[in-house]
Amino acid sequence: MDLKLGHYDKDGIEVVDVEGEIDVYTAPRLRELLIDLVNKKNYQLVVNMEKVEFLDSTGLGVLVGGLKRVRAHDGSLDLVCTQERILKIFRITGLTKVFGIHNSVDEAIAERKADK
Amino acid sequence: MATVEVAFTPLPAHVRTARLIATAVARRSGVDESVLDEVRLAVGEACSRAVEAHRVYCPQQPIRVALTGDGERFEVVVTDAAPAVEPVPAGAAGSGSDTVIDGLAVIAGLADDVRIGAAGPGTSIAMSWKQRIPPA
Repeated sequence: MDLKLGHYDKDGIEVVDVEGEIDVYTAPRLRELLIDLVNKKNYQLVVNMEKVEFLDSTGLGVLVGGLKRVRAHDGSLDLVCTQERILKIFRITGLTKVFGIHNSVDEAIAERKADK
Repeated sequence: MATVEVAFTPLPAHVRTARLIATAVARRSGVDESVLDEVRLAVGEACSRAVEAHRVYCPQQPIRVALTGDGERFEVVVTDAAPAVEPVPAGAAGSGSDTVIDGLAVIAGLADDVRIGAAGPGTSIAMSWKQRIPPA
């Protein structure tokens, strides 16, 4: 399945919905979207990965790149993911310690608001 | 002789095809369903790495993937023809300023056994998993 991307504002946080496969072929589109959102001064991001079917190290690199970009503006990039097959690659690479990984968009937003 | 051999031009779009073939052959070879995701991801990582290296050093050369199930182990060998100099990280060709995640470390975390060696001017990555079911 190809990559489908969408985004919307919820309580002042930009939620990015990702569906499909994030790999060396499709990751550039996600990178462009994250860069575009940051350029438009969206520094609080939640990436919803509940419909992601595949994620490789190229996709991880794009997510880490996005995190670095928002942190340069004191922002945040949280993830929503409950799929074991996707969480496994975060564990292998040690990135579970880098990202806030949540069970739902509402939980991610609530915790981000609570941190403020 | 490998069960299936595939050669593809070094385009990112073909990595998905290689993943699909690897998953299908692994399933057919009797690899446990619970391991298929690991095969798919590891083969994708090795192919992505090869594609990036070829795009830098030898874009006209094909990447070769050999998949073999001998009844005990299912092995995938991804062979590139790029000079074995400094490793080219996945995403290096046109990736902008993304952080580079080490694809080899991911492969090592997924496969039961990984061997990396020279193959002519390039590199081969051999990954294997136990076959838990007799091949169909």
